[in-house]
Amino acid sequence: MTNSHAQDPVLVRWILTGMALTALVLFIVLPLAVVFVQALEKGWQAYRDTVVQPETVSAIELSLLAVGISVPLNLLFGLAAAWAITKFQFQGKNVLTALIDIPFGVSPVISGLVWVLVFGAQGWFGPWLVEHDISIIFAVPGIILATTFVTFPFVARELIALMESQGTEEEEAALSLGASGWQMFFRVTLPNIKWGLLYGVVLCTARALGEFGAVSVVSGHIRGQTNTLPLHVEILYNEYNYAGAFAVASLLSVLTVITLALKKALEGKTSEQRG
Amino acid sequence: MSIEVQQVRKVFGTYEALKGVSLRIETGELMALLGPSGSGKTTLLRIIAGLELPDSGIIHLHDEDATRSTARDRQVGFVFQHYALFRHMTVFENIAFGLRVRPKSIRPTERDIRVRVHDLLKLIQLEWLGDRYPSQLSGGQRQRVALARALAVEPRVLLLDEPFGALDAKVRRELRQWLRRLHDDLHIASVFVTHDQEEALEVADRVAILSEGNIEQVGTPDDVYRHPVNAFVAEFLRDVKPRVNGV
Repeated sequence: MTNSHAQDPVLVRWILTGMALTALVLFIVLPLAVVFVQALEKGWQAYRDTVVQPETVSAIELSLLAVGISVPLNLLFGLAAAWAITKFQFQGKNVLTALIDIPFGVSPVISGLVWVLVFGAQGWFGPWLVEHDISIIFAVPGIILATTFVTFPFVARELIALMESQGTEEEEAALSLGASGWQMFFRVTLPNIKWGLLYGVVLCTARALGEFGAVSVVSGHIRGQTNTLPLHVEILYNEYNYAGAFAVASLLSVLTVITLALKKALEGKTSEQRG
Repeated sequence: MSIEVQQVRKVFGTYEALKGVSLRIETGELMALLGPSGSGKTTLLRIIAGLELPDSGIIHLHDEDATRSTARDRQVGFVFQHYALFRHMTVFENIAFGLRVRPKSIRPTERDIRVRVHDLLKLIQLEWLGDRYPSQLSGGQRQRVALARALAVEPRVLLLDEPFGALDAKVRRELRQWLRRLHDDLHIASVFVTHDQEEALEVADRVAILSEGNIEQVGTPDDVYRHPVNAFVAEFLRDVKPRVNGV
């Protein structure tokens, strides 16, 4: 890197850096700043009032509930899927790998619609559910299902890549040294993938918190009952309550920034583990 | 602790890796499985270790049928080609692993584990590296740690997959001789896989030469070198400069 002939002229470097920074400010920093400026437009007092409104609080609670259920579920599914795919040879493995990516491929609206078609009043299980007085669509279970579906690939994909690069030799070594299956998992596999796992969980959480499309379809938008944070932002915005909408949006933004910081910190750790 | 393999056959998909192989390795014997890549030698080693199940055939360890017993129950020390050290554990913990995962009733005390691991570190001449991580070691050091880890559980047989394959020539030569001496001290049956003719003839008591899933010839280095049974063996060993052991 000390060879100056191999480097671009100073001017070119400055122009490139300048362009990148401009784009960064224009498309990322500015919108984020707008969110906070708008949120605080009517002062701290108005901001606080919006945030502590019962409807906002219930939206926060519902979002956290959806995250609290869908993320652990996806952690377990993802771990099981990654384990099966990377540590065993079986028929249909490629199909399974492709299936895992489906939620990434389909539009979130479709991801919500499939649950309506299955559990909605006109859906496959609709009449049975009505008979037994169970509501899934336009209720909390639907929101959790939709969130889980949309965020399914995050943990699995992260782990598949990591576990594939690590191979199965350490597990085999553990077995030949007398470890049981559980000992092998907890003493060898899990420590080897823990940062990757955490990274997947962080991504999954971020997406679960922010999911709009799929949840919107199954939610029914009942205030104080089936409104998550992103849906609540939309409702406030549609009612011309801009300060309120941005106040709630700023909450989501703060969570996103925290998630990104965590993600950045974890990236270093996972690349160490891959090594 | 002898190893006996009878008519072992293994198929991967449509590829027949082993076509009915039989072999007996006696206690105290160091056997080399020699052959070009794709000859089935590593598959045979993994089947003896229980890491792979044969499609048919029988494995006896110490004259007991071990065909259906798991890798965990076979008490086999296995040294992997790329060492497979636990990357998140120190050298000390790597070596102690086999002792720590034992059921409580037969697990040594913490103090006994320390003593045992330190003895092994001394044996591999790496006493000062106990608290390092595998990524901080050289290839030759990793290889020795992998061997110490396998020996910690006092295996009945020792299996090594291309033990010197990833090392440079000088280190390889040193480790070869070291392994030979170590094997003589342990008095167990050992098998190592290699594609290096010179290595096999120099280190092993007997050599099994494999080709395309069959054992072509088994014999002492002198035997296979001077009296190849067929054209393949003759061709395969032709360019080797013999430095046959025991000379």
